[in-house]
Amino acid sequence: MSGNLATVSYIGATILFILSLGGLSNPETSRRGNLFGMIGMAIAVLATVFGPRVTAAGIPWIVGSMVVGGAVGLYAAKVVKMTQMPELVALMHSLVGLAACLVGFASYIDTSAPLAGAEKTIHEIEIYVGILIGAVTFSGSLIAFGKLSAKIGGAPLLLPARHWLNLAGLLVVIWFGGKFISAHSIGDGMMPLIVMTVIALLFGIHMVMAIGGADMPVVVSMLNSYSGWAAAATGFMLSNDLLIVVGALVGSSGAILSYIMCRAMNRNFISVIAGGFGTGGGTPAPKGDAAAPAGEVVPVSATETAELLKDAKSVIIVPGYGMAVAQAQHTVYEITKHLREKGVNIRFGIHPVAGRMPGHMNVLLAEAKVPYDIVMEMDELNEDFPETDVAMVIGANDIVNPAAQDDPTSPIAGMPVLEVWKAKTSIVMKRSMASGYAGVDNPLFYKENNRMLFGDAKKMLDEVLVALKS
Amino acid sequence: MAGMGRDGRQSGGMSANKIKPDVIGRIMALTIGVPRESLAGEKRVATVPEVVEKLVKLGFAVAVESGAGDAANCDDASYRAAGATVIDGAAALWAASDIVFKVAVPTPEEVGLLREGGTLIGFIWPAQNPELMQQLAAKKATVLAIDALPRQLSRAQKMDALTSQAGVAGYRAVIEAANAFGRFFNGQITAAGKVPPAKVFIAGAGVAGLAAIGTAAGLGAIVRANDTRAEVADQVVSLGGEFVKVDYEEEGSGGGGYAKVMSEGFQAAQREMYAKQAREVDIIITTALIPGKPAPRLITAEMVQSMKPGSVIVDMAAERGGNCELTESGKAVVKHGVTIVGYSDLNSRLAKQSSALYATNLFRLMEELCKTKDGVVNVNMEDDAIRGLTVIKEGEVTWPAPPPKLPAAAPAKPAAAAPAAKKGGHGHGAASEPMAAGPLATMFAVAAVLFWFVGANAPQAFLAHFTVFVLACFVGYMVVWNVTPALHTPLMSVTNAISSIICIGALVQIAPPLAGGMPPEPWIRWLAVGGIALTAVNMFGGFAVTQRMLAMFRK
Repeated sequence: MSGNLATVSYIGATILFILSLGGLSNPETSRRGNLFGMIGMAIAVLATVFGPRVTAAGIPWIVGSMVVGGAVGLYAAKVVKMTQMPELVALMHSLVGLAACLVGFASYIDTSAPLAGAEKTIHEIEIYVGILIGAVTFSGSLIAFGKLSAKIGGAPLLLPARHWLNLAGLLVVIWFGGKFISAHSIGDGMMPLIVMTVIALLFGIHMVMAIGGADMPVVVSMLNSYSGWAAAATGFMLSNDLLIVVGALVGSSGAILSYIMCRAMNRNFISVIAGGFGTGGGTPAPKGDAAAPAGEVVPVSATETAELLKDAKSVIIVPGYGMAVAQAQHTVYEITKHLREKGVNIRFGIHPVAGRMPGHMNVLLAEAKVPYDIVMEMDELNEDFPETDVAMVIGANDIVNPAAQDDPTSPIAGMPVLEVWKAKTSIVMKRSMASGYAGVDNPLFYKENNRMLFGDAKKMLDEVLVALKS
Repeated sequence: MAGMGRDGRQSGGMSANKIKPDVIGRIMALTIGVPRESLAGEKRVATVPEVVEKLVKLGFAVAVESGAGDAANCDDASYRAAGATVIDGAAALWAASDIVFKVAVPTPEEVGLLREGGTLIGFIWPAQNPELMQQLAAKKATVLAIDALPRQLSRAQKMDALTSQAGVAGYRAVIEAANAFGRFFNGQITAAGKVPPAKVFIAGAGVAGLAAIGTAAGLGAIVRANDTRAEVADQVVSLGGEFVKVDYEEEGSGGGGYAKVMSEGFQAAQREMYAKQAREVDIIITTALIPGKPAPRLITAEMVQSMKPGSVIVDMAAERGGNCELTESGKAVVKHGVTIVGYSDLNSRLAKQSSALYATNLFRLMEELCKTKDGVVNVNMEDDAIRGLTVIKEGEVTWPAPPPKLPAAAPAKPAAAAPAAKKGGHGHGAASEPMAAGPLATMFAVAAVLFWFVGANAPQAFLAHFTVFVLACFVGYMVVWNVTPALHTPLMSVTNAISSIICIGALVQIAPPLAGGMPPEPWIRWLAVGGIALTAVNMFGGFAVTQRMLAMFRK
C-alpha cells in the first residue's frame, strides 16, 4: 500500500471516529456509532500495518502482541460488572498513558530519521511533553483505579505544602527539559528524560491521592482527557495527523465532561484538581445558625414505604452512589415495573455527578432494563417535583441537599440539586444519619414531609417490593 | 348619594380596624361591594365570609348587601363576623362600593346603580353582550370580565372562574344523573342478586367533563369519554375513565384549551360513535361547547330513542342550545322513556361550593391587582393576565385584548413532542449562553499571543500539524457537546477505545523500512511490542465493553 493510500485511509478513519462520537448523541444511534468506531480503528490499524512504514518483518510481532492484548481486553470487557465500570475505565486510561510513554521512549531512541535545528528541538519537546502527559495519565489513572475499587481509601491524602510540592515538581521538570533539549547524544538526554518521567509519575499519584472519593467523576473525565492529549502529543512526535486528530477529539471530549461535572457541583476545575474538598481532614462545615437543621427525622418501615408508593400517582426516584454500592438497581427495576403496571407515572432523576463517573447511574439503570425514556436529567424534571406525590432518594445525599439553595454559607451553596423536598412526600433511603462526602448536614432529613428508610438499600428495597406485591 | 358612599366606606374601614389594628390610617382603602344577585334562580354570591377576611387583610373594606349570601348558606352575621359591613338595599350598596363583585352578568338596572368611574368584576361575556358593554363604557367604568381571562397563562389558573365553576357543574351533573337514574352506579353482588355497574358516557372532556368523569368513576360506574382534542385522552384515563376514539384522523385543538368545529367527515364518524355509545350506555352527560358558537348537536332524537328505557341524559350545554336535540333548557323532561336533564343552573344547585370557589378566584385576582396589599387597585395593562381581563378601562373599551405574548400552553401532540424535544437539546443550557465580553476578549488576546508565538518560531511542518490539531479540538468540542448525559459512561469508554489509536505510534516503530541499512534497536522493538499489547487491551476491551453497555439501553 502506498503512502497516499495510507493517508486517505487515515482520513476515512478520522471521519468514522467523528461519526462514532456523533452517534452517541442519542441511544438510538449509539450502537451504530460504536460500530463506526470499530471500523475506523480497523481501517487505521490495517492501513498502518500494510502501509509503507511497516515492513513484513514486523508482522509476526504485531500479530503476537495484538492477540495477547486483545484477549486480555475482551476478557475484561466480558466479565466486568456494570458497577465496576469506573474502575475499568480508569485502568484503561492508565494503559493509554503507559503506551504513550513507551512510544515516546522508543521514538527518542530511534534515530532512523535524523533531524536538525528547530525541527530537532521541536521533536524533542514533543517527546518530552508526550512522555510527561503519558506518565501523569498512567500513574494518576492507576491511583484512580485503586480508589474506585476501594483498594486505596477514598479520603484525600493531603501532604503539607502540597501546592508547593507540585510547583517544585513543575520547576524541576522544566529545568530538566532544558537539559534534555541541549543534550547532544541519546545517552546524555536519557537521564533528564527518566528523571522527568519519575517526577511525572509521582505528580500523577499525588494529584489523584489528594482528591476525595466523590470528586471522582471529575478525575475520571480529566484522565480521559489526558489520555487524549497523550495521543495527540504522540501524533506530533511522529508527525501523524490521525493521532493528532483522534487525540484532540478524545482530549476535548474529556475536557467537556470535566467541565460539565464541575458545573454540576458548582465548583471550579482548579479547586477540584487542587484537591482536599470537605472530607475528613478538611475544614468542618461552617453552619449558620439559621440553617442549623432542627427537628426530628421521621423513620418509616419498608411496608409504610410500599403504602406510600401504592397511593402515589407520580413517583420520581433519585438514585445515587449508594444504589450502586448496594447493587440495588435490579430491585429498583422490579419496583418500577410493578408500579408502572399499576399506572403510576414513575421516572428517574439523574444528577450529573451521581455515582463515580459521568453517566454512571444511567448505565446501571440500563443494565437493570429500565427504559431510558423514563430516565431524566436533573433539568428535565426539577420543575415537576411540586406535582410529584413521592420522591424516593436511594443512596444519595448531597445532590438532594436543600442547603445548596437556602444556605449561602454551606460548602455546597450554589450547587444545582434535585428539589425532592418539593414533592408531597420524600423518602430517603440511607444506611445511617451520616452526612455525605461534603460533610454537610442535610436539612432535607428534618423536613416535615420527609421520611427516612434506614438500612441497606438492596435489603430495604426487596422488602418494599414484597410489601408492594402482597 | 356621595355622602352615603363615604359613610359606607368609613364604616367598612372601621370594622376592618377591629379585626386588624394595623389598617388604621389607610383612609385610601377602597371598598369592595358584594350585591345580592338579582337574576332569578341565581343562588351564588360573589364572595363568602372566609374570603372576606382575606380581602380585609389585603387592605380592602368589604360591604355586603343584606341577604346576599342567604341562598348560598352565608348569612349576614357570618359576613359581619368576618369583618364586612352589611348594607340594606341594592342602591345603597352599589353607591357605597368602589369595586363591585358580581357573579351573573349585570342587568341594565344594576349598571344604572354603578357609580361613575366605578370598577366592576364578574362575568360579562363581552362578545354576547355588546349593549351591556356600551352602557358600562358610558358609565366611565373599569370592567374586569372574569370570563375574558387568558386561560392559557399558567399563573392565571388560580383566577380561572370558568374552570372552577365548570368543575362544580360537572360534579353536579353526575349527581343530577344519579338522582334521575333508577339504579346503583356501582356494580354489586348481593344476596338479592347481581347488580351490573352503570355505564356512563361523557361527551367532551373539558373541565366540566373531567370533573364528571372523576365523580362518576368515584361512584363506581364504568365511565367512557370522548373529546375532539386527542391530547386529553391521558387526563381521561388518569381520572378512571376510558377514552373512546372517533375513527377519523383530525386534530381538534382550537387554542386556549377549547375545541374547534370539525370537518364533515369527522362529524359523520363522530355521529356513528355517539350512536353506538347511546345504544350501550345508561347515562350520557354532554359538555361540548365551542366558544362564540351554538353548542354542537351530538345526540339526535334517534339516538335518544335507541337508548334503554330509564336512561338519563344530562345536557350541560342546554343554555347554549343543547348538545341533545330534545333538550329543553332549564327543565328535566322524559322523552322516549329517557330523562333529559337540561338544567342551566347547575352551579346554583351547589351554591355554597360554587360561591366559595368563585370568591377565591376573585380574591386571587385582587391579589394580582393589589400587589402592595394596601387596598389600592392598580390595573396594570402591561400584565398579560390583567390586560386580558380588562374589557373596559375608565370608560374606554379595551376588548378584545391582543393575544398574550406566551404561546398556547398545550402543544398539539405532547406525547410526540416530548421525545422530539429531548432529541434537540441536552440541557447543558447555561453554557450555550453567550459569554460575557470581558473574558471573551481576554481569551482572544491570549489565543492571539499564543498563535503569534507559534507562528514566529515553529517550522512549516509543525504548523500543518498544529492546524489539524486546533481544528480537531473544535470538531471534538462540537461533537461531544451533543452527547446526551445518559451516555457519558459509554462516551468515556468509546473515547478510551479510540485513544488506543496511539497503537499506530508503536506500529510504525516496530519494523520501519531501514534507512541506513541498520536493523532497528531491539530496545525499540520491545518498547513497541509492549505499546501494541497495551493498546490492544484498550482497543478490543474498550469497544467490546461499550457495545455491551449500549446494548442495555432500551426503551
